[in-house]
Amino acid sequence: MTTPPRYLHPAAIPPALRGWVLPVLIVFLWWAGYASGRITSPLFVSPGKVVDSALELIRTGTLWQQLGASLARDLAGFAAGALAGLTLGVLLGLSRLAENIFNPTLNAFKQVSIFAWVPLISLWFGLGDLAKVAFIGLAAFWPAFINTLSGVRGVPKELVEVARVLGFGRLQLVRRVILPAALPAIFSGIYLALIYAWLATLGSEYLLTAGVGIGNLLTDGQEQFRMDNVLLGVILVGLIGFGFTALAGGLERYLTRWQRR
Amino acid sequence: MAHAATLDIRNLGKLYPVSGEPKPVLENISLSIKPGEFVSIVGASGCGKSTLLRLIIGLEQDYQGEIVLDGQRIIGTSLNRGIVFQEHRLFPWLTVEQNVGLGLLNSDQSPAQRKKAIQEHIDLVGLKGFETAYPYQLSGGMGQRVAIARALVNRPEVLLLDEPFGALDALTRNYLQQELQRIWEQEGITMILVTHDVEEAVYLGDRIVVMQPRPGRIKRIVDVPLARPRDRGSYEFAAIKEDVLQEFGDGKLAADLSVRRPDPVSAGEWHFAW
Repeated sequence: MTTPPRYLHPAAIPPALRGWVLPVLIVFLWWAGYASGRITSPLFVSPGKVVDSALELIRTGTLWQQLGASLARDLAGFAAGALAGLTLGVLLGLSRLAENIFNPTLNAFKQVSIFAWVPLISLWFGLGDLAKVAFIGLAAFWPAFINTLSGVRGVPKELVEVARVLGFGRLQLVRRVILPAALPAIFSGIYLALIYAWLATLGSEYLLTAGVGIGNLLTDGQEQFRMDNVLLGVILVGLIGFGFTALAGGLERYLTRWQRR
Repeated sequence: MAHAATLDIRNLGKLYPVSGEPKPVLENISLSIKPGEFVSIVGASGCGKSTLLRLIIGLEQDYQGEIVLDGQRIIGTSLNRGIVFQEHRLFPWLTVEQNVGLGLLNSDQSPAQRKKAIQEHIDLVGLKGFETAYPYQLSGGMGQRVAIARALVNRPEVLLLDEPFGALDALTRNYLQQELQRIWEQEGITMILVTHDVEEAVYLGDRIVVMQPRPGRIKRIVDVPLARPRDRGSYEFAAIKEDVLQEFGDGKLAADLSVRRPDPVSAGEWHFAW
């Protein structure tokens, strides 16, 4: 028995590139299936067709319009929801009274699936952008709120004692102890809010269908039997989600660089 | 050089609630500490020695009797009293110089004066060159040095030390004891050290207060009339150490049933309990 050549061994691929093996393989099989000429279903389109329709949508400007509309409502909903979650989380984390008043109600609302709010949202705000932003905001609110609250609650009591000994005032305590100590937890909340908001953006475009957006590219593609547009939509949604995750991760690493790794 | 304070403790008592019933943790403590004196407090765990320090610093209140610093009854914390805890308790998101600077946050000095005071105290504890290091980059001994600098940067009249070297290895501990003695002589302030290490108590203390538990009381006060720096290997040193250790010998000092201190208050309870 002869040993296989060195370059065929899995270890020949550098670790940083190993994550690319599967996507490249999938695209290759996809293309091979098309090139073999044996798959004739109208539900099957070639990779080249997807690229062509992407170029076509770029040329006509439709893609930027849809992408821009989706990202705008995503960021608006995220900003509103995350800001509300952050504020309420800090408030309830600091004040026993506010916690006693608000927390039972918030806990009850938390149990309601955000999809259950869709009928109410569409009755109140219609099917337009305002309704979509409200839905996205609701999705972004919960992770931001829950993580901020637990972060503020979890500030080490030992450090609070140091602040007492050094005579910190109320504002100094918040600014110098509570917020920095809670920052890692707050950041995981913001990070999750960013991801949830993007998921909810697609959800809102499906459920409240009026208007333009990446979600509409998908639903229209489905209705018009345009598999190339559907696949393009899926790929774009994935790439944007990936981009948000990378962005938030980088920012988090920078802001909490004092943490022991 | 900072002004050193006279500390008078008279008939001090403190109760903790244990399953709804108040139990004494400290009873009838009377102690007078001269300006610039170094007092060591030893005792087994549970004898209330840390509670005594927490009362003097002002983190615990509701006591019977009197704790008087320079004629004023102690109420709450104050910048004229500093403390070093067993853990360094540095803020992990701040550098060494920023951590030391926290001690000056509420002082009325100008920025230039603060900068100078911070550098002086970093130099005092021998950490020149580590100004911009983060706590996770420091060893345990270095962390305690920063904590000492943070407590001293305000020039307090009295420095309290709650088993500051208890978590360090023996070599580092010996070295930091020498360093603490040097700092005490240089600054000329009153220091009170709580420890369960009898050798540490003898090495550093002008007097050693031996405490016994249930409830925490002063059993005996031992003078240490030895010249500094003290020679741990000398006969006189060994004799005093032996004398103090004898107090632990009868078994009554070992606390098997100590009263647990309630958890410290959180940020919400301290400043936001409205």
